[in-house]
Amino acid sequence: MGETTQAIRLHYDVPGDDFTRAGEASADLKARLKALGFPPDAVRKVAISLYEGEINLAIHAGGGEIEVAVTPQRVDMTLSDQGPGIEDIPLAMSEGYSTAPDEVRSLGFGAGMGLPNMKKYTDEFQIESVVGEGTRIQMAVRLGRA
Amino acid sequence: MTAAELCERCGFTPAFPLPEPDKEIRGGFCGDLLSWAMGRAGEGCAWCTVMGSINAVAVASLADAALIVLCHDAVLMEDARARAAQQGINIALTPLPEFEAAAAVAGQLLPR
Repeated sequence: MGETTQAIRLHYDVPGDDFTRAGEASADLKARLKALGFPPDAVRKVAISLYEGEINLAIHAGGGEIEVAVTPQRVDMTLSDQGPGIEDIPLAMSEGYSTAPDEVRSLGFGAGMGLPNMKKYTDEFQIESVVGEGTRIQMAVRLGRA
Repeated sequence: MTAAELCERCGFTPAFPLPEPDKEIRGGFCGDLLSWAMGRAGEGCAWCTVMGSINAVAVASLADAALIVLCHDAVLMEDARARAAQQGINIALTPLPEFEAAAAVAGQLLPR
C-alpha cells in the first residue's frame, strides 16, 4: 500500500465517570490493528497511550471523543473534551502529578502517569487546553511500514 | 516457561481454567497503580498485584501481560473474572504477599 492509501477512520465516545467502560476504545483499536497485521510493539504503544487517554477523559473531563485514523504508516489519535481544561500543562505532564480525587485513586488510578505515559508511548504528541473550555490531544504512533 | 507451568511451580491457583495456558512468561512485575503497571510492565510478564478489578484486567490485556497473580488473597471481582475469561487473560490466586509471590516468580525465571 502506498502513501495515497485512504485512512481507516474510527470514532469512539468515552462516557464520563464510567471506569468499567474505559478501555473499550483502546481494546477495540488494538484488536483491529492486530487483525490488520501491524507490528506488535506498535500495537502495544497505541493501546497503552489510548487507554491512558480514555481514563483521563473519564476521570477529569466528564467524557469526550476520540477520532482515530489508521494508515499503513501511522495511527493518529485525537482526543477532545469539553472538560475543565488544564491550567499548567508542563506540571500536568510531569510524572507523579495528579489531581485525581481519592475515590479514583482507590481504583488504582491517579498515579500521575497518564499524560507522561501517553507522551512516552507515542512518536508525536501535542496537547492544547483552555481552562473552562476543554482539552485536545493529538498523538500518533508511526508504524514503520513502507 | 508457560503461564500454566509457572502457576504449578509457584503454587498459584488459577482463578478459572487458564484461557491461555501456553502463554510464555518473559518476566515479572509488581505494583498496584494501574498507570504505573501500564507504562512499565513488560510484555509477557507475570504481574503480581492486589488489584482484582475490571480495570486491572484491561491493563493486563492492553499491556500484553501473560498472567495476573492476585496476591494476599485479594478479591477478584465478578465483572473482572468475566472480562478476563472473555478476553483470554490468565489470572491466578495466591495467599502470598506480593513480595513473596514475586520472589517465587523470580525463583523460576532468574538464573541461580
